[in-house]
Amino acid sequence: MGNRLIELQNITKIYDGHKVLDDLNLYFNENKFLTLLGPSGCGKTTTLRILGGFETPDEGRVIFGGEDITSLPPNKRQLNTVFQKYALFTHMNIAENIAFGLKISGKSKAYIDDKIKYALKLVNLEGYEKRMPDSLSGGQQQRIAIARAIVNEPKILLLDEPLGALDLKLRQEMQYELIRMKNELGITFIYVTHDQEEALTMSDTIVVMNQGYIQQIGTPEDIYNEPTNAFVADFIGDSNIFPGTMLEDKVVDIFGIIFPCVDTGFGRNRPVDVVIRPEDVELGEPGCGTLDGVVSHLIFKGVHYEMEVTACGQEWLVQSTKMHPVGQKVSIRVDPFNIQIMNKPESEDEEAVVLDV
Amino acid sequence: MYRKSLSYPYLLWAAAFIIIPLLFIVYYGLTDRTGAFTLENLAAIATAEHSKALFLSLGLSFLSTAICLLLAYPLALILSGSRLGRSGFVIFLFILPMWMNFLLRTLAWVVLLDTNGVLDSLFKLMGLPRFKIINTPAAIVFGMVYDFLPFMILPIYNVISKIDKNVVNAARDLGASSFQTLYKIIFPLSLPGVISGITMVFIPSLTTFVISTLLGGGKILLIGNVIEQEFMKGTSWHVGSGLSLVLMLFIIGSMVLSSKYDNGEGNVL
Ligand SMILES: Nc1ncnc2c1ncn2[C@@H]1O[C@H](COP(=O)(O)OP(=O)(O)OP(=O)(O)O)[C@@H](O)[C@H]1O
Ligand SMILES: [Mg+2]
Repeated sequence: MGNRLIELQNITKIYDGHKVLDDLNLYFNENKFLTLLGPSGCGKTTTLRILGGFETPDEGRVIFGGEDITSLPPNKRQLNTVFQKYALFTHMNIAENIAFGLKISGKSKAYIDDKIKYALKLVNLEGYEKRMPDSLSGGQQQRIAIARAIVNEPKILLLDEPLGALDLKLRQEMQYELIRMKNELGITFIYVTHDQEEALTMSDTIVVMNQGYIQQIGTPEDIYNEPTNAFVADFIGDSNIFPGTMLEDKVVDIFGIIFPCVDTGFGRNRPVDVVIRPEDVELGEPGCGTLDGVVSHLIFKGVHYEMEVTACGQEWLVQSTKMHPVGQKVSIRVDPFNIQIMNKPESEDEEAVVLDV
Repeated sequence: MYRKSLSYPYLLWAAAFIIIPLLFIVYYGLTDRTGAFTLENLAAIATAEHSKALFLSLGLSFLSTAICLLLAYPLALILSGSRLGRSGFVIFLFILPMWMNFLLRTLAWVVLLDTNGVLDSLFKLMGLPRFKIINTPAAIVFGMVYDFLPFMILPIYNVISKIDKNVVNAARDLGASSFQTLYKIIFPLSLPGVISGITMVFIPSLTTFVISTLLGGGKILLIGNVIEQEFMKGTSWHVGSGLSLVLMLFIIGSMVLSSKYDNGEGNVL
């Protein structure tokens, strides 16, 4: 069980007759960096808004420290939110913005001044007290929004795509900043993003969502290396997803070609999805691998080359540091260990999986 | 160059219909019948009758602006927060009277408020004390509020409904109650709308002579009536212009005061 800090129990949220969240169960532990990851419209913000108290679920309960807080208004909850578009108070300067929550809770002036200093130092914006929000860059405004939230010493910080509006370089810098802040503060961060790379970089645990259902919960390594279904595999990183048939334990048939693999327990002649990461496809001299094909596309990506190889009438996405020109005949080989076998989803929106975080 | 030449027709318009008339007023205001320079027309405001009218105008305008604000702010607040309000229908209802002729609307109130008018008869029928506010300052304030209320609602509604919902959420998130959120966040952010609403109600109230003529029964003179009489009853264009200039000072004063707070966002009309 661990020490559950906040828990969502059987949460259902309906907007205009459309189930945005369907019987969602999820809990978050102390001092962790958790990420809700999923495509646009899958219900990430809605989940966060229910946690923050801006939305009441149609069914289910929110439990915080053992107490039901489902109908507690946001100002009574021990968590703070960093909104997607900063939401700073434009009529107040930076110091007043940061002091807002502290003044409401009636802290002394000396305490507040100390906290402002501390928070500005934490977000690397010392000396910005008197500036107005409008005069700050997007990244700086975002950091003030974080400072404004954390001075209240919440148990949980909710962040809704806080880096969405920043350029790539700044985003990467801020990712490290956020990890540093989380470690310094020792509180739980619940982070929402639709950027899988961001999720893999920052999280202790990733919750992959789609269409209001949880698809998989796990560490970044789990999610990347062992996606539980084709949706997760497709969403996290690039991948080749092929329909196949599990002939018996450790043997899978893809387009009539037999591949050895390491998965067991699927039964005999069972239709499955096969996931192979592009960096796991090994190219060689024709005839030296499991099957042969022809390179049909080639792109230089910086660290590696990305190629498409046509084999058995299928495009295989391949990433390699070794270049093979378009038109070259190559062989394809995949290490049995790198072939990931998954059950086919029963339907479009697959049942929620509830796992321990 | 191209841009500049485009503005010439407007400059011409401004010169012909704004600058030149204004200069005429200034000329009349600062001269006597013989054309000699004088400050007497300005000083005419100091006569008992005129200054009484000016102070009454200022007082009633102030009162009706305050009433408009008290009525409009909660309404704008509620409308911007409700589904019904956001659809614009209720706002439309409040603006609808503006499509009717201003004179007609005011005349309708004469019929309603008059002795033996609709309301008075109704009161009599129910055995209540007679409803006699026609020809009193109260009736004039009534008319001003009715006529100018939309000008207060619109800019305030506009500004409030443009406030980012997440800014309000952020305040709640940081521990503010809904009332604290209202006076620490929503009200300060809506000030530009409030200021332009005040300007747009106060100025026409200060200069009106139609409302006071119709609902004051000609017995209550506002500064607008005094100026009107100077011009229309042929008393003296010079005194009328002089009084206009004095009134202008008050209007410019109120606009300067408001532009201090207004960053331009609230100007919708
Ligand atoms: N207030 C609302 N009224 C009606 N529908 C809503 C409302 N808020 C969200 N929805 C719908 O609920 C679904 C989930 O929305 P949500 O904002 O949670 O998505 P998200 O995962 O945060 O997506 P994104 O990555 O684009 O922010 C969407 O289909 C959205 O249209
Ligand atoms: Mg969202």
